[in-house]
Amino acid sequence: MTEINLEKSTIRELNEALQAGSSGDKFSVNNTVGKHALSVGLTTKVDVEINGHVGYYCAGMNQQANIIINGNAGPGLAENMMSGQVRVTGNASQYAAATAHGGLLVIEGDSSSRCGISMKGVNIVVGGNIGHMSAFMAQSGCLVVCGDAGDALGDSIYEAKIYVRGKVKSLGTDCIEKEMRDEHKKELQQLLSQSKMSHGVEEFRRYGSARKLYNFDIDQVDDY
Amino acid sequence: MSKDNPTLIESATFPRHVIAEIQRAAKTGIYDIRGFGAKRDIPTFDDLVFLGASTSRYPLEGYREKCTTEVILGNRFAKNPIHLKTPITIAGMSFGSLSAQAKESLGRGATIAGTSTTTGDGGMTPEERGHSKTLVYQYLPSRYGMNPDDLRKADAIEIVLGQGAKPGGGGMLLGQKISPRVAQMRNLPEGIDQRSACRHPDWTGPDDLEIKIQELREITNWEKPIYVKVGATRVFYDVTLAVKAGADVVVVDGMQGGTAATQDVFIEHVGIPTLPAVRMAVEALQEMDMHRKVQLIVSGGIRSGADVAKALALGADAVSIGTAALIALGDQSPEFDDEYKEIGSAAGFWDDYQAGNDPAGITTQDPELAKRLDPILGGRRLANYINVLTLELQTLARACGKSHVHNLEPEDMVALTMEAAAMAGVPLAGTNWIPGKGGI
Repeated sequence: MTEINLEKSTIRELNEALQAGSSGDKFSVNNTVGKHALSVGLTTKVDVEINGHVGYYCAGMNQQANIIINGNAGPGLAENMMSGQVRVTGNASQYAAATAHGGLLVIEGDSSSRCGISMKGVNIVVGGNIGHMSAFMAQSGCLVVCGDAGDALGDSIYEAKIYVRGKVKSLGTDCIEKEMRDEHKKELQQLLSQSKMSHGVEEFRRYGSARKLYNFDIDQVDDY
Repeated sequence: MSKDNPTLIESATFPRHVIAEIQRAAKTGIYDIRGFGAKRDIPTFDDLVFLGASTSRYPLEGYREKCTTEVILGNRFAKNPIHLKTPITIAGMSFGSLSAQAKESLGRGATIAGTSTTTGDGGMTPEERGHSKTLVYQYLPSRYGMNPDDLRKADAIEIVLGQGAKPGGGGMLLGQKISPRVAQMRNLPEGIDQRSACRHPDWTGPDDLEIKIQELREITNWEKPIYVKVGATRVFYDVTLAVKAGADVVVVDGMQGGTAATQDVFIEHVGIPTLPAVRMAVEALQEMDMHRKVQLIVSGGIRSGADVAKALALGADAVSIGTAALIALGDQSPEFDDEYKEIGSAAGFWDDYQAGNDPAGITTQDPELAKRLDPILGGRRLANYINVLTLELQTLARACGKSHVHNLEPEDMVALTMEAAAMAGVPLAGTNWIPGKGGI
């Protein structure tokens, strides 16, 4: 285990060390004090444990790495992640996993607004609640919410799937509740197990696109 | 007044094209979406002229005395700034809006001419990377096809906040152009209208942008120059904020800048012309003592070496061309006039880039149409065109006695109209009067 203390090392030194890591290498990062752009652009299967709160864009564009944050995360957590796994034991701020293409993001606490905005294949599991406009223009992947969802969930959603266990304050334009078929239950079960969440799949409801806005139609103009 | 009947007077308020648009809107119920750029008459670089050398200045000999054109972009923070042979670069245009052959042609042409080309919405194609010696990777709000591997393959990164054709608007790629390959790259179903977001999904202002730039630099080892591109509106403040956020290069795109598909009302009524935008950007850089330290690239309606020279004389470090580059490849060619007529247009008027049925095979995803553009020939044409612009630029610079094109300055020019004098900040010809700045 290599320890990197951000009281002594710069962000550049941290990221250089993590980016140079080989698969199986283990790192622990301490004294983060909310710094930005930590553990970004990793490309190998390193294990990174970050102890403390982190600022913007932690784990941005992650590929393959397994990153655990023991604390809260600022805006843009795991933005544009491609693969690997990112886990936050606390809460996450706005735009978690924005535009992310793959991998798994687990937020044990709550996630603020626009969680999964423009997501493009990532799977996100949130232990608590999510804020408004989450999964806005979500293209593909799954957003699992074990708590409640805020206003305008899944507004202008494309082919992403949303599973919510609690209440949904309101659905966004073109987002509707959909039937929970066996393949969805199986997919959800797998995501809950991977995320170490113990809820039963039957407690969740599924939401997705009505596909009415896919091609411009003047008669739908009031929906925008 | 009609040529055939002098008693018929056409309305200045309701000329025929306005009447036709009202009739079209009433029939279809949808606004006009089109490509190309602003078509209205606005002050341009044509309204400026150079004061060639005479008794008080001496010129340089054409073809004999050196007038260099090399430009370095991005040497503020990036470890590997870009070195170009000419200050004329190719603007960002997407695979999706353009065919793969067109993108390859742009890469080939730019490489022959010693300049850079730029990706667009939808990501980087292997053809484009393979044929472009210097490739700028656009980081756009939609993040379609955004991939950190491609980011690392790029020579520079351009964060797009807006473009001149539609500042404050996103993009659209209509369903007819969403081929299987385009759909796969953008992670969306085939045949749907793809909306490109109008703002970035993971920040909301200039303070956030500073952190975003830090993240991109961390991911690319601080090697790549970071450009920030804005559509020309509140240019002074936008350039100031981009520099404050840490940009190596600022790109300002005037309202004449082209687009693949946007509402006509956006193209014609939002943003300011390139002419005042250059001056405002330079003033912002000078006020921060960052002129020539953060490079300025100007685009929007650049057509000739004269346009390039005037932009540089006002203080730009380089220019970008988009529409003119497509015309060099064969867009608007009279060769296709019969086919343009079949689809209700004509060579020189074609602007339905969104439709996907481009007779020249450039703004299409139809494989049969796309085959019409030979990328090798297209690349050669583009390189010829850039070389002509560069020669014209040198001709004007030598006439003003400059041994490097960056030595051109506002003092080398006067304006032919009061509007241009005010916008460009150079005197009206025959006076020393700059409207708004005094003089007589």
